[in-house]
Amino acid sequence: MNDIIDGFTQAIQLIITLNPEVMEIAMRTLMISLTATLLASLVAIPLGWWIHFHEFSGKRVVINIIQTLYAVPTVLVGLFVYLLISSSGPLGMLGLLFTPGGMIIAQMLLVIPMMIGLTITAFSGVDRTVVDTITSLGATGYQSMVAVIKEVRFAVFAAVILGFGRAISEVGAAMMIGGNIRGYTRVLTTSIALETSMGNLPLSIALGLILLGIALVITVMLNIVQQRSRT
Amino acid sequence: MIEITGLCRKVGDRVLVKDVSITIPDGMIFGIIGPSGSGKTTLMRMIDLLDNPTRGTIVINGIRATRDKKQQLELRRKMGMVFQKPIVLSTTVFENVSYGLRFRGVKGEELKSRVLEAIDLVGLSGYEDRYAPTLSGGEMQRVAIARSMVTRPEVLLLDEPTANLDPASTEKIEELIRAINSRFGTMIIISTHDLDQGQHIAHRIAVVIGGMITQAGTPEEVFHRPLNSEIAKFVGLENVIGGTVTKTEDGLAAISIHGTEVEAVTNEGVGKRIFISIHPDDITLHSGQGIEKNTTSARNCMMGTVTVTTLSGPFVLVTLDCGFPLKVIVTRRSVEDLGIQPGKEMQACFKASAVHVMKS
Repeated sequence: MNDIIDGFTQAIQLIITLNPEVMEIAMRTLMISLTATLLASLVAIPLGWWIHFHEFSGKRVVINIIQTLYAVPTVLVGLFVYLLISSSGPLGMLGLLFTPGGMIIAQMLLVIPMMIGLTITAFSGVDRTVVDTITSLGATGYQSMVAVIKEVRFAVFAAVILGFGRAISEVGAAMMIGGNIRGYTRVLTTSIALETSMGNLPLSIALGLILLGIALVITVMLNIVQQRSRT
Repeated sequence: MIEITGLCRKVGDRVLVKDVSITIPDGMIFGIIGPSGSGKTTLMRMIDLLDNPTRGTIVINGIRATRDKKQQLELRRKMGMVFQKPIVLSTTVFENVSYGLRFRGVKGEELKSRVLEAIDLVGLSGYEDRYAPTLSGGEMQRVAIARSMVTRPEVLLLDEPTANLDPASTEKIEELIRAINSRFGTMIIISTHDLDQGQHIAHRIAVVIGGMITQAGTPEEVFHRPLNSEIAKFVGLENVIGGTVTKTEDGLAAISIHGTEVEAVTNEGVGKRIFISIHPDDITLHSGQGIEKNTTSARNCMMGTVTVTTLSGPFVLVTLDCGFPLKVIVTRRSVEDLGIQPGKEMQACFKASAVHVMKS
């Protein structure tokens, strides 16, 4: 019990004193997950818009597949990306394995299905007359998409926040693709796993508290967004 | 000018619009009236190029609309459309009205002045910063009109713009429609199932029933000289009754209706099945035997028994059984003076020229 209390005390000291290693890992984690979320948004939101507002054969099947991929295990995504970017893979020449770039790709692939699905759900709340109104006002296809996204901006933003939450909290793909290299690809989740196995509890707890803090910020933001969307 | 020829739209097995051909000149308020589900909205959507026709052509100011998206956008940008359901986007009134201009790349001071001008046009000055979804239905519809008018369209399409509004808001919108037409000369195409609205706003009217234009003409023609019994019933004419021509002489015909003979001005031949309508205003009621037929210019005088009396505003609608039901409008004073009540025998008289003859 004393070990745990000591661990918490030291962890708080590490955070308060802005311990360089803790801060470096936290900043890298944010950078990788924010970049992955941003890039995933650029793919998922237009794709969600296209799937919802266009009729094509197999649409229902596509949506079902997307929904199934919500719960895809992170290690499976890790394996898929590993096969893709390993030296013998089709994208091996890019040298992305064990780099932050590779981790960004893995996190993107992990969150894109969920973000597409949630975006489709957001668009399904748009009255058809709203789309007709925007079209009748002389919008181009792109202008129409932007205007419709503005209409459901809170729901779309909620999808982005949830995507970020999934990206930052995953460990399997980050470990497999990043390799947990100190000072290069080590992120909060992989670091916690490693430090705990090494018995370095204060650092693990400090990193865990930061991750928890980020999760809290995400939840608060999500609540604010959801409240605004209801008003 | 809009020229529509042979326009059809079919979805699956359902024919929504069938073989519609109309020409609408610039500056006209053109009413499209018809019962709910008759194809008015589908027609309006095709004119705004939101839906493609299955067959037929639409020519807008000499340019024939094709399925090319770019051309459709160019043509659509010459038009504005307001939908039945008051729709505002989730932002301020100013931003709502500015959408069409932003889509066309208008910015800065020009955008601001044109938006304020459009807001002023619909009488919503001072509402610029209001969050549009909090407005009343009537105010939202005025925002929708301002949003369409801000781009100075050549054609304004209004799809049942007052269907969900209270009478006061409806009146304001109708005043606004007239003002837009007279001030800017904008061609306005308005669909409505409100017959009064169609009658007092539109310069010309097309009646759409079952996806087809069954009659087009001035409000006077449509509401007083409908082409057939279906239109007559839709436009609210009373005393629409079927009969057979039994005799013709010098443009006058005798028509047998359930055994009772009615004289009318028509060239329809003997044996022809027709429908007649007689406006209740054109029938006079008399007590007992009343007047001798040859002492009045009314060529039709017949006895009947009062079956029902119903209040109709300041008047009373009296229904007589003359072998067929005949409705007559009288004043409340007449009801008292003549002692009109159910069961009483009365004489109903009307001129042959008051009988409108339609095809069966």
